[in-house]
Amino acid sequence: MTLPLFFFYIFSAIAVASALMVIASRNPVHSVLFLILTFVNAAGLFMLAGAEFLALILIVVYVGAVAVLFLFVTMMLDVDFASLKQGMLQYAPIGVVVGAIMLIELLLVGGSYVLAPEVASQAVVPIDAGIDNTRALGQLLYTRYVFLFQGAGAVLLVAMIGAIVLTLRHKSGVKRQDIFKQSNRTRAQATELVKVKSGQGL
Amino acid sequence: MQSAITSSDVSSFASLAPAYPELLLAAGALVLLLVALFWKNNRAGVIASAAIVLLVAALAVLLFQPAGGILFNGVFIVDGFARYMKALVLGGAALSVLISLNSGREHGIDKFEYAILILLATLGMMIMVSSNDLMTLYIGLELQSLALYVVAAMKRDDRRATEAGLKYFVLGALSSGMLLYGASLVYGFTGTTQLDRIVAAIALDTRSIGLVFGMVFLLAGIAFKISAVPFHMWTPDVYEGAPTPVTAFLAAAPKVAAMALFIRVTTVSFGSLTHDWQQIVIFLSIASMVLAAFAAIGQNNLKRLLAYSSIGHVGFALVGLSSGTQVGVEGVAIYMAIYVAMTVGIFACVLSLRTADGTLIESVSELGGLAQKRPFVAATMAILMFSLIGLPPLAGFFAKWQVFLAAIEQNLFLLAVIGVLASAVSAFYYLRIVKVMYFDEPTAEFARVPAELNVVMAGIGFLVVTYFVTVGSPLTAAAHSAAGSLF
Repeated sequence: MTLPLFFFYIFSAIAVASALMVIASRNPVHSVLFLILTFVNAAGLFMLAGAEFLALILIVVYVGAVAVLFLFVTMMLDVDFASLKQGMLQYAPIGVVVGAIMLIELLLVGGSYVLAPEVASQAVVPIDAGIDNTRALGQLLYTRYVFLFQGAGAVLLVAMIGAIVLTLRHKSGVKRQDIFKQSNRTRAQATELVKVKSGQGL
Repeated sequence: MQSAITSSDVSSFASLAPAYPELLLAAGALVLLLVALFWKNNRAGVIASAAIVLLVAALAVLLFQPAGGILFNGVFIVDGFARYMKALVLGGAALSVLISLNSGREHGIDKFEYAILILLATLGMMIMVSSNDLMTLYIGLELQSLALYVVAAMKRDDRRATEAGLKYFVLGALSSGMLLYGASLVYGFTGTTQLDRIVAAIALDTRSIGLVFGMVFLLAGIAFKISAVPFHMWTPDVYEGAPTPVTAFLAAAPKVAAMALFIRVTTVSFGSLTHDWQQIVIFLSIASMVLAAFAAIGQNNLKRLLAYSSIGHVGFALVGLSSGTQVGVEGVAIYMAIYVAMTVGIFACVLSLRTADGTLIESVSELGGLAQKRPFVAATMAILMFSLIGLPPLAGFFAKWQVFLAAIEQNLFLLAVIGVLASAVSAFYYLRIVKVMYFDEPTAEFARVPAELNVVMAGIGFLVVTYFVTVGSPLTAAAHSAAGSLF
């Protein structure tokens, strides 16, 4: 048994086991932690397949951002997961059907690579074995498709402006802290000496 | 080693010359956004004026740049057709921002983001017009649509406006899905996303049913954007619900861009499948003309009526395209130019209508007595209505003349006859407005009309009346060379 094969089995076994634990564990926080474990193992599998960029992106984006967000949500929302899980057996047949369809689709996609290996070389941008895939992605995104890349950036900008325009409300009368104003106050502005006659209030 | 496929064909700033108008617009929009953000008081009017200047500057750069060609490794094309359509888009956008300058407050769009989003939407339209690749097409379309969804819902405390925005968004997303599905099939069956290579790939192969399937979905997605029947359901609701300046913008520039996209996809990529898409376009055309003519009759809301009118005009423009010839495309190009001018003029009239106490007038029955109170507005509106019907010697007649001529040359007699009949039916609802304005008793006092609306109405009214002696021949020549660059 070669070393890569050994690691492949380790990663995939842990990935499958932790994926099972995601849906089986009683505590939702544990579920999210198992999800993170699945992501990390999937990243390991990507690394073995030679897709180091995808592996790192998976860790940075999914583990670093998405999973942490999940963790926040499960901790902050008071969701009764026990009641959510009650109908699990009821939905199992549908789940099995969906899973089977996805398995067939995966086999179809993978099968085309096995049956007709020449397909990969006829893509619009054939894979060049000489360069690592981070560099290859960069060359595609920032040179060949630079226009589309910038265009997608403009779309995201519009989405951001739109979200702000449609939701942000400037309420009048809200007291906000203005540190510049605060520290600029002199003693004369802030205090006032008042002579109070005894027995009378202000 | 850098293979040719991963290197860029843009090596210096000068080699970007064909894309200068887009660069100017994008950079200008970003600068305006920053300026508006750091400028404490809300000066929506100043930003809107700056946006008009920017649009006109981009138009000037567009008209005076000689450079054309295919850029960015084949995803972006500048030819005569793109330049013609971009000029229409920029002109329509600039005019529709101009006519909304003074009415931002009462329509709830007096925010600086309005002008910025209009600029970015216009950028999206220019990318659509210049797209030479299914991916560019989609990016441009999304940039345009996303900005328009936001603008339609911008009056967020108004139920109708938010409903319009949401409806537009959901149906727009559905149409994008159909378009993407079609694009993926086309890519799958031809092996390329570049529009001018698709035609070569089709030529090598026998016409496969999967490719036609993909083409149908692609065209259905674009038909949503030009609101051709049966993909028109969103149009009346969105036009009615959105603030009037936004409706004016929606009816003018985006229609041109989507129509340009439709023409480019059908004639360039699927040029060898003309017989297949011709049936689709003929169906869309007949359905749009007939449905709009009958559905508009019962409308009392002015904006809703204009929505059906715009659906009908898309149908008439498609008559030209359904011939599938250069003459037909030339007819559509002329039609879209005249359509944009008439639409902006009509909406300038609608925006100028309000009672003395500031209530907006949006229904036809409230127009009574306009001819006595505001004779100039009534006269302009009447001229534009006659032009929309297509009566000679007004501009609308020549627009219809060109497209029907192209259809008859290709022996599409039935289409032409149905078109003329639909045009006659549509005369009823246009003439009803004229009748109400001139022969009904006044119901309200009308407020004074802002100066820039008077200028726009006078200018467009003049051009529409004197079309044959003034702009007619240069416009025809421009449209002729534009259509020539596609064939």
